[in-house]
Amino acid sequence: MSARTIVEKIWDSHVVSQRAGAPALLYIDLHLCHEVTSPQAFTMLRERGLKVRRPDLTIATMDHSTPTTSRDLPVLDPIGAAQLDQMEKNCLDFGIRLYNRMSDHQGIVHVIGPEQGLTQPGMTIVCGDSHTATHGAFGALAFGIGTSQVGHVLATQCLLQTPSETYAIRVNGALKPGVGAKDIILTVIARIGIGGGTGCVFEYTGSAIRALSIEERMTVCNMSIEAGARAGLVAPDDTTYQYLAGREFAPGGKKGGADWDAALARWRQLPTDDDAVYAKELTLDAGELEPMVTFGTNPGMGIPVTGRIPDPASMSNPLERSDLVKALKYMDLEPGKPLAGHPVNVVFVGSCTNSRISDLRAAASVIKGRKVSPHVRMLVVPGSQQVKKQAEAEGLDKIFREAGADFREAGCSMCLAMNGDQLEPGEYSVSTSNRNFEGRQGKGGRTFLASPLTAAASAVMGVVTDVRTLL
Amino acid sequence: MKFETLTSKTVVVPGENIDTDQIIPARYLKSISKDGLGEGLFRDWRYNADGTPKPDFPLNKPEAKGAQILVAGDNFGCGSSREHAPWALLQSGFRAVISTSFADIFKGNSLKNGLLPVIVPADAHAELLASPGAVVKVDLASQTVTLPSGRGVKFPIDSFAKQCLLDGVDELGYMLQQDQAIRAFEAKRVGSVNTLA
Repeated sequence: MSARTIVEKIWDSHVVSQRAGAPALLYIDLHLCHEVTSPQAFTMLRERGLKVRRPDLTIATMDHSTPTTSRDLPVLDPIGAAQLDQMEKNCLDFGIRLYNRMSDHQGIVHVIGPEQGLTQPGMTIVCGDSHTATHGAFGALAFGIGTSQVGHVLATQCLLQTPSETYAIRVNGALKPGVGAKDIILTVIARIGIGGGTGCVFEYTGSAIRALSIEERMTVCNMSIEAGARAGLVAPDDTTYQYLAGREFAPGGKKGGADWDAALARWRQLPTDDDAVYAKELTLDAGELEPMVTFGTNPGMGIPVTGRIPDPASMSNPLERSDLVKALKYMDLEPGKPLAGHPVNVVFVGSCTNSRISDLRAAASVIKGRKVSPHVRMLVVPGSQQVKKQAEAEGLDKIFREAGADFREAGCSMCLAMNGDQLEPGEYSVSTSNRNFEGRQGKGGRTFLASPLTAAASAVMGVVTDVRTLL
Repeated sequence: MKFETLTSKTVVVPGENIDTDQIIPARYLKSISKDGLGEGLFRDWRYNADGTPKPDFPLNKPEAKGAQILVAGDNFGCGSSREHAPWALLQSGFRAVISTSFADIFKGNSLKNGLLPVIVPADAHAELLASPGAVVKVDLASQTVTLPSGRGVKFPIDSFAKQCLLDGVDELGYMLQQDQAIRAFEAKRVGSVNTLA
């Protein structure tokens, strides 16, 4: 067989059938469900008298609509509560394991899969959520789907798919202090644009990617969709295997043994062959990267924190120019000015992009011994109950609380403002989440996307801050 | 939902990279059904904070009433995978969206619901942007859009999705027919997880 990329290898091993004139039928190894994009799919199953084909390959949690206030309190929003109740009923009726609001394993769907060892190299993984590429950090082909497709997977454990091209994103060299995974991916998106990866799957590679921890790789893969890519992944290596070993659902479970060894032998075959050909390539020098911040209303509108807000007058493409004018008007920002020093009302550390323990540690390292600016409301929302527990064991909750930040229950929270955590109209946030779209964090709210380090530094200073000045 | 031909005036919502959070904000995603999503369509662009319509937003203009074709900028439907976006467009009477490109997930979601994503070249797109309200004909069988000037332009579409739309059938029926192939594949699978263990 000719040389193949990891994406092609995973694809080839999951094609159930390929009939002329139709897309391939692709088998799905793991289906993650949450309360927002699944109810209409379960309704469809009921209407057509269908069962869930493989409940053993399906897992559900509650994350988008869940309050992040105390779990002892009821869900105050009746519509949100009804959605959570329906999830409970759907999982009970169809025999699906659910980590509900009271579970010790509840959390953001893209945080719990990896932490339970469910996410494994070489798998096909889907979820009714565009940030499913997060699981690509383990060398899985993981992508977001719509609710109709959630129904297809529930009923058949398959999807009709056409193959994607593989786009190599190479990051070579070493990152400088204060620069991390979030800055890598924000640079990639700024460089190729939010439609730059359409129709492709990114393979992140190069020495700087290899040097990242698995959690950092999740941050990078998570935002693949923000460049329009179908998915993004990193070939598995020892970092991957070390993270997975001994986790609950890893091969052989906590003991490992022969099942683990067999899996390891399979996984070692996954990396892209030396002479495989990529459809597209982008190469970045890690040493040249700086902490990134977005200024506009899509994740491609990002600049180094030392940079200046672009001037529409300097843009030659009239459509791009009018988009920038519109974005700056919404953000109420002036072209040519630096973003650093701009006042901030809210700082949000959380979301499937940056809510894992290493993200909380990074933010806490800046906050420790300092105070959150009195003008700033800072929310720290762990990605899961397990992350929360670990943070508490390390005393991170105390560091945040003593500095004046709010340390909350797990969930998606202010990333998409479905659960009551939101910006007020006109407020500015520095957010570790993934989208700065108009109103994403609350109607009229304005979002600067950045890393946990930059977010924490901005919380302390009360303005958008280059974290390197505090290191 | 079946799609064969459509003749309708257009509504133009200008701007590139219109994301699904603009098409329908997240607060409309708490419903457990597909009902009533039309009122969330472009909600924050259509209405003021007090709930009154913004008169200059294209969908609020009297001439937009009854339009079934939306013309929008490049990379339409980027961002969130929410299928509520095509549902909201359909519930507001739209059957086709014309742009120079669509985000992958939005395009797939639309095709599965009978909302036709029509990709046209930049010059045809420019003509449509410049003539809001003009009558346009979309013919799926021949994959042709007839522009206000009378010029016909071809548009691409996946052949399988096209057949499903012309026949008015969804993909699931086709998938369920392949039960035997799925069983055969499952018999050979190795290293599966078991979430129920």
